[in-house]
Amino acid sequence: MKDHAELSEEFNKDEARVDWHDETLWFIREKRDKAVHTIPEWEWLRETGSQIKNNVLSNLSVYLEQFESNALANGVKVHWAANAAEHNEIVLSILKGHQVDRMVKSKSMLTEECHLNDYLTGNGIEVIDSDLGERIVQLANETPSHIVLPCIHKKKEEIGDLFHEFLGTAAGESDPQVLTEAARQHLRETFMTRKVALTGVNFAVAETGEFVVCTNEGNADMGAHLSEVHIASMGIEKIIPERKHLGVFLRLLTRSATGQPITTYSSHFMKPRQGQEMHIILVDNGRSRQLGRADFRNSLKCIRCGSCMNTCPVYRRSGGHSYHTAISGPIGAILAPNLDMKDYADLPFASTLCGSCSNVCPVKIDIHEQLYKWRQVLVKDGYVSPVKAISMKAMAFTFANPTVFEVAGKSGRWFMKNFPSLVSNKLNPWYKEREMPEPPKESFREWYSKNRKIT
Amino acid sequence: MSSRNLILAALRENQPEFSALPDLDGPISLETEPVEKFKTLATAIGSKIFEVSNFDQIKEVIIKQFSAKARIISSFEELAAIAETDIKGINPHLLENTELAILKAQLGVAENGSMWVPELNMMQRVLPFICQHLALVVYKKDIVSNMHEAYQILGNSNTGFGAFIAGPSKTADIEQSLVLGAHGPRSMTVFIMN
Repeated sequence: MKDHAELSEEFNKDEARVDWHDETLWFIREKRDKAVHTIPEWEWLRETGSQIKNNVLSNLSVYLEQFESNALANGVKVHWAANAAEHNEIVLSILKGHQVDRMVKSKSMLTEECHLNDYLTGNGIEVIDSDLGERIVQLANETPSHIVLPCIHKKKEEIGDLFHEFLGTAAGESDPQVLTEAARQHLRETFMTRKVALTGVNFAVAETGEFVVCTNEGNADMGAHLSEVHIASMGIEKIIPERKHLGVFLRLLTRSATGQPITTYSSHFMKPRQGQEMHIILVDNGRSRQLGRADFRNSLKCIRCGSCMNTCPVYRRSGGHSYHTAISGPIGAILAPNLDMKDYADLPFASTLCGSCSNVCPVKIDIHEQLYKWRQVLVKDGYVSPVKAISMKAMAFTFANPTVFEVAGKSGRWFMKNFPSLVSNKLNPWYKEREMPEPPKESFREWYSKNRKIT
Repeated sequence: MSSRNLILAALRENQPEFSALPDLDGPISLETEPVEKFKTLATAIGSKIFEVSNFDQIKEVIIKQFSAKARIISSFEELAAIAETDIKGINPHLLENTELAILKAQLGVAENGSMWVPELNMMQRVLPFICQHLALVVYKKDIVSNMHEAYQILGNSNTGFGAFIAGPSKTADIEQSLVLGAHGPRSMTVFIMN
């Protein structure tokens, strides 16, 4: 499996595209800033959102039981899935129970995490993703590269080619208006003919047993309200205690995500429609384990706004697919090692630790600190390459020993001066895309000891 | 042990020491002119606003924009002359050819231009989403400053279903170009009733 650095290298081959990707995401970050600055109490909202989530994590078992009993009282069927496989089996069994082999799905990063589409397809079920961005990546046989903007890595001309092939639009057509209209017609037919619809969940309220789904397109509602069976899949950390807390989170979510004041639709599902069947699947898949890791449990506070990705200097220049996991970017890099330390050992290193992610996080997750802590855990437990581990140990030794540090600095400067090709070569990753600096004549320490004597 | 009990047991084992809920009495800013703010925000997210004081004025606006043949559905008996007002028991799929739905919003929110529509006001859940164009009628007195106030009014009412709706359906999934009319209505008209 290729790691983050190798996948980034592929993305970086097309420099113009990297610049475009970088600028597009930064533009969204700027929209977020503008929206945030119109709310004088923004920092209070973040702090309150953070504290509500702290409470949720400390009392999750109680809230889940409360949610379950209220949802049951509302006539909703509640399922519990310990892992991805169990979640997928539950979905399949519901479909089989209704003798249905086609399903429409709205955006759910949890089902991406569980690889539900592959599983259902393998079992003879056709799944159509109805969020425009998700439909586009599905047609391209790819995965979303961003949790809020699934096809942010794609150019409109590429989307035009896909739509020409699959939806019959004119060759060379790349006008977003025309392409969106084609998808609208195609997906309307899908909504009208599917008996089962699956949606994600943004928030679930323990006090009322309801769940809230936020979309701009209206696709979750079109699917759910036209279906005979509505399945909602949610990670167990999506619970909030009371309905009034939605006021805090709905104010934070979209302003952080896209700079909109709220999504077009914030749909509150309390009871099934008359004659409809409604299922909720509560999925653990490693979340209870992450809750036990004191250093990393805060990652479970995430409300999936994607602002950490839009601001991240690494994400913007490496693309979402370089993270090779469903949730990319800084938050993904602290969630993924919990799922598999070996497969995702590279991700906490895919960061400059600049802290911009933590600064924009609407629920104040200490993302960059967790990235740093994961690095230590992964090195200690032997999940990073021996070369990296040895060089980090050597660096730690050098920094901890003043004499060695001085010698290392001197010899480094001497080598850079006399044998520049030793550092300015392709084997040195720091040489890529950079000119190496002129070596200084002396270190600060040498300069200081000389000049201090004069005064 | 069932997955349910396994998950709950793992959570009880792993959840940190109890951390109290914060209260929500913070420095929440209130709008001095919520109706004006609502109009600004709703317009910014793509809604068209009309201030009216009776249903005849609403009819006038509608008749100008929609042909007599267009299927119009409304929850207001006052609009029975131009709209179907009873769709109870109709299969929701048969609402697909609805050109315009005119429904009552329970409240409007100034800070984001959204309106709360409970299931009862939707006539059928799918109606505000499947129609080509949506119009919501909100009373001036029902416009509040922010989401906190909105939820205070909603309390714990269980309406089966309900949604905050803010503007026409939209997407920017293709290169961040905003397109109105993704899967739901292509336009949103707001009638603010005195």
